[in-house]
Amino acid sequence: MAVYTHSVFVDHEKCTGCTTCLRRCPVEAIRIRNGRSVINPNQCIDCGECIRVCNHHAKKASYDKLSDLDYSKYLIALPAPSLFGQFNHLDEADFVIQGLRDMGFSDVYEVAKAAEYVTDLTRIYMSSPGVVRPVISSACPVVVRLIKLRFPTLCEQLVPVMPPYELAGKLARERALKAHPELSPDDMKTVFISPCPAKVSWAKSVMEGQTVYVDYITSMNDVYMELLKHMKHDVDPGPEAACEAGSVGLRWATTGGEAASLMNEGYLSADGIDNVIKVLDDLESGMLTDIGFVELNACSPGCVGGVLAPTNGYVARLHLQNLQKTVVVKPNDISHIENVERFSGGVIPEEYIEAEAFTYMPDGAPNMLAMMLAMKKAEALADKLPKKDCGACGSPTCKAFALDVVNGEARIEDCVVRNQMESL
Amino acid sequence: MNSEALHYHFDVDGASFANAGRASVETKKLLRQIGVSPDVIRRISVAMYEGEINMVIHAHGGDADVYITEDTILITLKDVGPGIRNVEDAMKEGFSTAPENIRALGFGAGMGLPNMKRYSDDMHIDTKVGVGTSIELWYHLK
Repeated sequence: MAVYTHSVFVDHEKCTGCTTCLRRCPVEAIRIRNGRSVINPNQCIDCGECIRVCNHHAKKASYDKLSDLDYSKYLIALPAPSLFGQFNHLDEADFVIQGLRDMGFSDVYEVAKAAEYVTDLTRIYMSSPGVVRPVISSACPVVVRLIKLRFPTLCEQLVPVMPPYELAGKLARERALKAHPELSPDDMKTVFISPCPAKVSWAKSVMEGQTVYVDYITSMNDVYMELLKHMKHDVDPGPEAACEAGSVGLRWATTGGEAASLMNEGYLSADGIDNVIKVLDDLESGMLTDIGFVELNACSPGCVGGVLAPTNGYVARLHLQNLQKTVVVKPNDISHIENVERFSGGVIPEEYIEAEAFTYMPDGAPNMLAMMLAMKKAEALADKLPKKDCGACGSPTCKAFALDVVNGEARIEDCVVRNQMESL
Repeated sequence: MNSEALHYHFDVDGASFANAGRASVETKKLLRQIGVSPDVIRRISVAMYEGEINMVIHAHGGDADVYITEDTILITLKDVGPGIRNVEDAMKEGFSTAPENIRALGFGAGMGLPNMKRYSDDMHIDTKVGVGTSIELWYHLK
């Protein structure tokens, strides 16, 4: 992918150039330049941490508004599993499905249902010979991008199966075409209801030149506001629509759900972007070789903690735990939609494989010698800096500032602490 | 290593396991920034991590230094620990003198030195009982 289209952006009207996001960005992709926060698109992983921490609401995510949808089309809603955790007093998942239909969607295909198929596909993939352990989940687009940018040796350990939201779009379209032979593929549009900006970025970026099964990506916040108006609680005999996903799919909304659903080998699950980075470092150092699967989510406690989800993630997790009591385990295995003989030997058909190859794509192609020289100069310069990592210069740390100066992106005079010490 | 080499120094804190591995993680980041190939980065990560853990287990920490030139990477791990009594034995897979409490933590499987050798192009051990150990890990980039 040549261009990665990011969802996260800076509202220049609101940005005061404070240093909060600068110092909290886990990949040091932010600088303050000319009094405003600037995100380096080559390094940003769309984790949404800056949106979360900005005190001025200057960090935002772009996505499709409900008013952008073409209501003349056969619209299929693709609700993320986390949507079901957003509501107080929800005792049946069916109300959400009915609410989406009443909102104007012609059809609903739950991403949780697709997630159950991904679980099955992952099991099949892990049963094929020669797959390096531990296998790493590719469901969180932040983690996938982080690995592709910074963990070159772990790329081949990512599950090559497409993520649930993409598979949901594919299966939703196939089902609708079968049910409505009068419609053409162009007549239908899939609308993913996303808890996070990373999934928006993923879909926007893949769209360039590749088949993508998700046409619109909306924010869970927006949909939630609208959906509340349409969810009726006191109707008899209850909602007509029925939730198709089982408890396995819904568990994908919280950390550990995906890994536990595999039910085969030992696994590790972790969330929070800093914890994710620590686990990836451990994996690259050759530790953790005795486990089968690793599930990593950028947000805590899983997708319910995404910045586009309205409810506190921990409260949403509680809601989901309560909802689980009413949801049964549904056997959504791949044999329902596929002839399983196609998977003999653990081979996953091409159509379920993530189109974008998981290969290392370093930030630029550095000339090793030039980079070494720059880093040597930066080391010498960093020695003379105050090491306060205050961020007032616009770089996240004194070390980063030193390299920025050497690369001509900052001036040594930007260090206010040094200026003050010199003027004494 | 000549004076042109890019040099980084890390103190390996021997007081706890909490920080063990930091030098190798930092080194990995630097090597990636420079543009060293993923295969070399992985081998260095694994070998250096083993070395760091060894220093924590046996020698209360020590010094890790990384020297990078265009065609060679040298990592030196120096400690003033007990020294290795019999290097030949220590190089055998599964041989370990780690105490029981360390093994209980999952370390001391006797793969430290063999793994360091396996994941480096050249390894030199200079050790003296009661004085300390100095290990050189060499990587030839060309």
